[in-house]
Amino acid sequence: MLKARVIPCLDVKDGRVVKGVNFVDLKDAGDPVECAKAYDAAGADELCFLDITASHENRDTIFDVVRRTAEECFMPVTVGGGVRKTDNIRDLLKAGADKVSINTAAVTRRDFIREAAEKFGSQCIVASVDAKRVSSEGEAPKWEIFTHGGRTPTGIDAIEYAQEVVDLGAGEILLTSMDRDGTKIGFDIELTRKIADMVSVPVIASGGVGTLDHLVEGVRDGHATAVLAASIFHFGEFSIGEAKQHMVDAGIPMRLDATR
Amino acid sequence: MSIAIIDYGSGNLCSAAKAFERAADMVGLKAPVKVTSDPDDVKKAHHLVLPGVGAFADCAQGLAAVDGMTEALQEAVFQQGKPFFGICVGMQLLASHGLEHGSTDGLDWISGDVVAMTPQDTSLKIPHMGWNTIAQTHHHPVWDGIPTGPDGLHAYFVHSFHFLPKDPAHILATCDYGQTVTAMVGRDNIIGTQFHPEKSQKLGLALISNFLKWTPS
Repeated sequence: MLKARVIPCLDVKDGRVVKGVNFVDLKDAGDPVECAKAYDAAGADELCFLDITASHENRDTIFDVVRRTAEECFMPVTVGGGVRKTDNIRDLLKAGADKVSINTAAVTRRDFIREAAEKFGSQCIVASVDAKRVSSEGEAPKWEIFTHGGRTPTGIDAIEYAQEVVDLGAGEILLTSMDRDGTKIGFDIELTRKIADMVSVPVIASGGVGTLDHLVEGVRDGHATAVLAASIFHFGEFSIGEAKQHMVDAGIPMRLDATR
Repeated sequence: MSIAIIDYGSGNLCSAAKAFERAADMVGLKAPVKVTSDPDDVKKAHHLVLPGVGAFADCAQGLAAVDGMTEALQEAVFQQGKPFFGICVGMQLLASHGLEHGSTDGLDWISGDVVAMTPQDTSLKIPHMGWNTIAQTHHHPVWDGIPTGPDGLHAYFVHSFHFLPKDPAHILATCDYGQTVTAMVGRDNIIGTQFHPEKSQKLGLALISNFLKWTPS
C-alpha cells in the first residue's frame, strides 16, 4: 500500500544551506549536498530544496547543488524558489530535480501552471500555496494567498486558488500556513483538511511543525498525504526515523526501509 | 559491457545515468553509461534503457522524432536479444496504445493498452505519488534477493495511467492503490517498471544491479 511521506526541507542561499543540519557529524554542515546525503541515509521519503538566493548573479548556484545531489541520492527531489519561466523548470529538471514548485509566478500569472504542466507533465509541477487566515475569531474561516514570505497580501481566496491550480494541471500542492510557519504549534489543520478533501491531487502539509504529534495530525486529521518540516529535523530534535516510527505507532502506514 | 540510456528529450536522465553507474559499481561490473540519442550507440551497447516522464503522446512523438532510433531499438531487442529496461513512460511505450489525451500508438512490443487509473476509493489521490510495496506475480531474476510483499522494500511511483497487458503473463509485478496497478511488465529480454528505480533507493539500486547481471535465456 501507499505510504505517507516525510519530507525535510532545506533552505538554500547562494548554494549554502541557511540553517545547516547538525544532527550528524558532517564535514560541512553548510553544504546542501552533505545534508541531503544525511537525510537520504536517514530514510527521508523525499527532499525539498527551497532556493532563497536573492541576487541574480548567484541564481545558478542551485543547479550545481541539484546536480551533485542527484549524483549521490537516489530519492525524489523537489526544488522551489525563483521559478518564473519554463526555462527555469527545464534547467532544474535537467540538473536532476524530479519536481519543481511554483509559487509567486503562478499567483501573478495563473497560466504559468498550465504551460508548465503541458510542457513537462503534471507529475513534476508542484503548486506552492502560501495561505494566511484572514477571518476573525467566530467568523466563517477564510484564508488568503500571501506572497513574499507572507508579507504581501493578494486578495486571492486560498481555497479557490488551490482548486484553480489543480484544474490548470498542478500534480501536487505544497500547502504552507503562513500563520503557523516557524511557530512550532502545529499545522493549520482546518485549512489543510479543507484543501486536501477538495482537490484530487496529493497535498503536502507545511508550516508549524514542533512535535512529532504534529506530523501525525497533518496526515490523520488534515488528510495530507505528505508532511514537510525543517527545523525539527535540522537541529536533531528528532530524527527522520523517530518521526516515522512515531507515525507508525499512531497507526499511519509509513515506509521504514532505511532501518532494514 | 556498456549501457545506453536513450535520450529523446524526455526529462531527467542524469538521475537514471547515475543510478545505473552506482548499481554497476555495487556488483563490481565495469559498465560505462552513455546517455545518447545516436542509434549507433544502441548498436554498440549491451544493455538498453528507455526512460520517460510526462505524457504518453509527447514521449511517443519524441521517440519517433529521433531518426533511426526505433529501428535501432527493434533490431537490438528482437534480433540481438539485448536486455532492455523501460522506466515509467518508457515502460508504457512498450504497449500497443496509450489512451492518455486520445489514443496514441506505442511500440507494441507487449500487447495491451495504457489506461487511466480508477481507484475504487475515490478519496485516493491521482497521481499515485509516493512509496508503495510490490507484489511479484511472476518470478523474474531481476527481483532476486529483494524483499517484496507487504513487509518488503518500497518503490517510488508517480503516475496517473498504467499499463494493462493483454496477456496477464506479461505482468511481472503489481502494487495496490485502490485497485491492482501494474508495477512491472516483461517478456523475453524486455522488462519495464512503472515505478522509478533510479529514485527508489535500496530497492531501485538492487533491481538495476540484478538487471545488469541478468542473462535472458
